[in-house]
Amino acid sequence: MDAQAIHAALVTRFGERITGSALEAGSPFAIVATDAIAEVAAFCKADPALALDNLMCLSGVDYPKETPPRMEVVYHLFSYRQLHTFALKVQVPRENPAVPTVEGVWGVANWHEREAWDLFGIVFTGHSDMRRILLPDDWEGHPLRKDWQDPEYYNGLHVKPTPQMMERVLTGETLGVGPFDFTPENRHVEEP
Amino acid sequence: MSAASPAARIADWDQDGLDTDEMVVNMGPQHPATHGVLRLELRTDGEIVRAARPHIGYLHRCFEKHAENVDYPGVLPYADRMDYVAAMGNTLGFALTVEKLCGIEVSPYVQTIRVLMAELQRIASHAVAVGTYTMDIGAFTPFLHLLRDREKILDLFEWTCGARLLYNYNWVGGVSHDLAEGFVRATRDFLREFDSVTFPELLDLIIHNRIFVKRIADVGVCPLELAISHDLTGPNLRGSGVARDLRKDFPYSGYESYAFDVCVGQGQYGPKGSCFDRNWVRVAEMRESSKIVHQALDRLEKLEKTDVHEKVPKRVKPPKGEVYCRSEAPRGQLGYYLVSDGNVNPYRVKVKSPCFTAMSVFHHLAKGMMIADVIALIGSLDIVLGEIDR
Amino acid sequence: MNGPEPVRGLIHNRFDDGLVVASADQLINWSRKNSIWFMTFGLACCAIEMMATGASRYDLDRFGIMPRGTPRQSDLMIVAGTVTLKMATRVKRLYEQMPEPKYVLSMGSCANNGGPYWRHGYHVLKGVDEVVPVDVYVPGCPPRPEALLYGLLKLQEKIQEDRVLRKRGLTVGSLAGATLDGAADVARPLGKK
Repeated sequence: MDAQAIHAALVTRFGERITGSALEAGSPFAIVATDAIAEVAAFCKADPALALDNLMCLSGVDYPKETPPRMEVVYHLFSYRQLHTFALKVQVPRENPAVPTVEGVWGVANWHEREAWDLFGIVFTGHSDMRRILLPDDWEGHPLRKDWQDPEYYNGLHVKPTPQMMERVLTGETLGVGPFDFTPENRHVEEP
Repeated sequence: MSAASPAARIADWDQDGLDTDEMVVNMGPQHPATHGVLRLELRTDGEIVRAARPHIGYLHRCFEKHAENVDYPGVLPYADRMDYVAAMGNTLGFALTVEKLCGIEVSPYVQTIRVLMAELQRIASHAVAVGTYTMDIGAFTPFLHLLRDREKILDLFEWTCGARLLYNYNWVGGVSHDLAEGFVRATRDFLREFDSVTFPELLDLIIHNRIFVKRIADVGVCPLELAISHDLTGPNLRGSGVARDLRKDFPYSGYESYAFDVCVGQGQYGPKGSCFDRNWVRVAEMRESSKIVHQALDRLEKLEKTDVHEKVPKRVKPPKGEVYCRSEAPRGQLGYYLVSDGNVNPYRVKVKSPCFTAMSVFHHLAKGMMIADVIALIGSLDIVLGEIDR
Repeated sequence: MNGPEPVRGLIHNRFDDGLVVASADQLINWSRKNSIWFMTFGLACCAIEMMATGASRYDLDRFGIMPRGTPRQSDLMIVAGTVTLKMATRVKRLYEQMPEPKYVLSMGSCANNGGPYWRHGYHVLKGVDEVVPVDVYVPGCPPRPEALLYGLLKLQEKIQEDRVLRKRGLTVGSLAGATLDGAADVARPLGKK
């Protein structure tokens, strides 16, 4: 099935809860109302025509400068039986973002959602194990947000590069054996 | 009480009533057999694992944050360092993603070079995977033999681009260095030795080795539904019997024109989807990769040479949009979700790493295993922590 | 170097074959440097190069250098790869579990100073010398096996100059700062250089 047909099947079943779509994009997607995502996910997997039984990737994206400022959770789906792909998107506000979990539909969403919570702060309601996965348990903040600032220290260890390191790199300190320039001729170098 | 003789006290014991306490044993993060910095918390009664909890993140190197702060060609060295055992595949995946968004098509010559490098890298990566796996199981010799042969592939890579492990080779729109004079002949020499000496030796030492087979033929069986639900891909999925390979189903970079088979686990010695099947798929894939490299070399001799930097843009500035592109890395399907807002830096790069999803199935499979079999299971999933943690 | 030289000048080559004259420090250090057992602290990409250095082509065993999995039986800790903040406390703990005398070799640019992740790596430790004292730094990303071998040979030179029994001279490695009275400040506090 191509993207149009999948989108049509979803709209037929869910009507207004599919709030938008972009079917000409590189990876076609449909935007789903946040509270409906668990049902839509279950339908996508169970319906024999769609049969989207594999969650390829679950990503969080932060859009603070869009109107309205939001975060998105993007689900890239694939079907082993029909060999087609499709994407679903959910949009949540940046303050207290919360999305129902889909770990009952695709088991791998357990880990993906933990990662989205860890790096973005998106809470997945109904998740069996909502805790950090990549960062330490006592880490504060969610680093992949666009307004993240590196703290000075974490438990006595430097986090932000020290002023000495910044100065050495920005003034281009060499070891006295250079300068080696491997830039190919047609490469445009952006000035810092 | 003290008057009872020792014999009577022993006879009082009820063997079946002995209760062992459960303990939590910690494996890692520094451990010679966890293939990197992985921490496993095993709740065990001493030998049988009742529950296992993997802890990752000890190698989280903030790839996605770096990708937002450097330009597109600058992301490639960071992408290399994710799956550091098979670096060609990572940069190929990212280059393909950006090219898909920008609409760049590379010449057949560059495509052939990319396929050649990717398949040589697949042989090298599976050599490390199978070699370290047998070392975990207890056989030290195949590790040394396979690393010796992997060094020859690394020599070829070093000849081409100067680096042994992390190459920054596949650029957006091309590759970084053209093949040198005599590269084709050197690769054919390597393949001649690989096909006639290394591969049969590999089969003798490992696959047809009764000790190896008996050790792992019914360990770590992953049923099909669990594999698909937990997004196992690549040799892990094909070991469970599913004949899906991105190079055949959604070909990229010219793979549709090469003749090779998809290796699927047969379950010859035990249930399908065991550790043995996954290793067997990797070993068989080495032979298929060798076939592809032969075909690529034949093609290189006939294709007209184009400049490998011809389509490399002076400044990579994709139009605003997003794309998800996947490729068949040696460890599974590597997916890149790229969001661009029209600037020179990417807006968001999310990597779906095959080892991350493979690790998510671990605690299901480890229940009821012996601790030694847990080691066998981790090795058979072929994880690289750099890719799991990014 | 003070100490053994004047004595050796008097008795060197004065005896029959089969009688070797050397100072105790030289003999002890010679045997220590030719049998460095390292703890494989492979974290990331440099671990693959460390494995390759120990494997068939760039054999480490011919130098007497052998990998051990446990800190309790090793002299050297090769920190190969990026140390993250989550891992830093474990690096320190494993260093403290090693018996004296112990040395640390920082392999690769990530362990030296954070490497390519120094700028935006919020979770990367900018150099393992924030948590353990380092004896040899091997630059590279990853360093070639020959570079690692060179670093190990430099460490051997350093070990050869170590002070064991003599009263004056340089002390290297973990016992630097130790006096003959036994008051050794071995563990450095976290976060201080």
